[in-house]
Amino acid sequence: MLWGLLRPPACGIDAPLMRIAIVDESAARASIIQEGLASVPGCEIFVVTERRGLVAKISEIAPEIVLMDLGNPSRDVLEEYFAVSRVLARPIAMFVDESDDEAIAASIDAGVSAYVVDGLAAHRIRPLMDVAVRRFNAFARLQDSLAEARSRLAERDEIDRAKRILMDGRRLTEPQAYAEMRKAAMDQGRRIAEIAQAIVMAHKLMGGK
Amino acid sequence: MAEQLTIGFLPLVDACLPILAREHGFAEAEGLSLTLVKDVSWATVLDRLLYGHSDAAHLVAPLAIATTLGRGRPAQPLSVPFVLGLNGNAITLRPELAAEVCPEGRLGDPAQVGGALRTVALARAKAGAPLRFGVVHRYSSHNYMLRYWLAGCDIQPDRDIEIVTVPPPFCADALEAGEVDGICVGEPWNSVAVERGVGRIVLATAQVWRRGVEKVLALREPVLAEKRGAIERLIRAMCRAGRHFVDPANWEANAAILARPEYLDGDAVLIRRAISDQLLLSRGGEIVPFVDFMFQYREAANFPWVSQAAWLYSQMVRWDGMRFDPADAEKATGVFRPDVYRSALMGTSEPLPGASSKVEGSLSQKMAVSTQQGRMTLESNRFFDGRVFDPNDIAGYLAQLGRQ
Repeated sequence: MLWGLLRPPACGIDAPLMRIAIVDESAARASIIQEGLASVPGCEIFVVTERRGLVAKISEIAPEIVLMDLGNPSRDVLEEYFAVSRVLARPIAMFVDESDDEAIAASIDAGVSAYVVDGLAAHRIRPLMDVAVRRFNAFARLQDSLAEARSRLAERDEIDRAKRILMDGRRLTEPQAYAEMRKAAMDQGRRIAEIAQAIVMAHKLMGGK
Repeated sequence: MAEQLTIGFLPLVDACLPILAREHGFAEAEGLSLTLVKDVSWATVLDRLLYGHSDAAHLVAPLAIATTLGRGRPAQPLSVPFVLGLNGNAITLRPELAAEVCPEGRLGDPAQVGGALRTVALARAKAGAPLRFGVVHRYSSHNYMLRYWLAGCDIQPDRDIEIVTVPPPFCADALEAGEVDGICVGEPWNSVAVERGVGRIVLATAQVWRRGVEKVLALREPVLAEKRGAIERLIRAMCRAGRHFVDPANWEANAAILARPEYLDGDAVLIRRAISDQLLLSRGGEIVPFVDFMFQYREAANFPWVSQAAWLYSQMVRWDGMRFDPADAEKATGVFRPDVYRSALMGTSEPLPGASSKVEGSLSQKMAVSTQQGRMTLESNRFFDGRVFDPNDIAGYLAQLGRQ
């Protein structure tokens, strides 16, 4: 539905492409956003992941739209550049349409900021922002599930280490060691991973490795 | 039930008052539950404030005025009922440059360092490789203090010397890489550069203006109206936090709290130094005490003087190349809300000054001032060049500066 709002270049080769710069220190996220925007006709996309030389790079690209994640410390640098430079023909305003609070709130929630050349038609920008917001959200979900998987893996590692400590220290078999930990967890109303963590920590403090 | 307030902040030592108000239960005692949201750029702190992710924010003072005047983005009126602190910034130079302009082992004299820097700056500009300084934001007190000092030493910013924005966490890197020759930034970032041996602290901004307004608590005007009661309680809680913060007995504990990952995620040793007014100027050197490096509580430091807002507006006019406009001046000075501060602290033991505006830079020694409540003595609030700012004559002040 949203794609329909963005008219493809009216007369093919003559219509200029819209130049979009994605500034993101996370190369993975940048490529996810790039991939999303690539499907929108009429844009040319540039990705900048390097902090050094950011301003020079942007001035070279001369984009009509800059997308940047809210967690990027260089936002203040870029805003200053927009305020003082004349490279981008007109002053740049944050967000397309001041009255479009819903779109702005959605992008802030997703963690993306947009800088747009003043005067660029709102109907050309809105669908791009929608794509960017969706992609940012998708990336955040991906990160969450990745983090969850990682922490589960780390927990399993810790439980294995704790088991090994009990087996070595108290000459238990593996099932016995696990049973001890499970009992301690039940007695104290804690998770088995927490018990394992405590065992590993105590062992370390006692000079084990 | 406790009322929820969300406050945005940047990981800097002067975000201490809302953090300590939460950590020591001062907010809770006022029936508030504070949620603190950390960001890494002022742009994002401001976005969250404007779009309602936060109720209030730790903000560089000039940015509150710039936002109200619509500099760089659509105008949105902000209000400042509380100043989070005065000064606390320093000017740190690359060691080679510091060696040329400032004697070792102590902070320099602003006029002398400036005089020596002028020689270097003019030579570098003539050679086509002008000195470049980094500040944390275009609309920061750092930028205005640095420019005030440079211009006062006859070094014209943007002509003789370049000033660019460098985010605080990258300041040490930028010095090391030679991207900048000097920085003006808050703590712990000067100390980080010193520890890494890539910079030497030559001046504290308190030497440029002894009582310079730094960070403020800013809110959207309608939010202040809507949550007025909660904000007044927050002001009381932050005053208590201020009293706690300046007590030497609490320095160790407060440094440890501020250093935590959810707050500054930094080195407690460096943070403790800043809050106890101790500066390590260069790596391997001795620690030098500097009284009132940070200024968070005494002399009603948190009182939002209308004259402070007026001075910031005068510098905005000066450096943004704007025309002085009485209507803008009124909007700008209206951002600071001493009336809210007064009503929050009326009847407490905190002193309230009789006036809401003062001639900045006019005191060179201690002076008892008339109050609405309590007793109050103000100490020197001089600018390094002895100039005086009369908030009732901004145009005259600007004309005087222009003739420099």
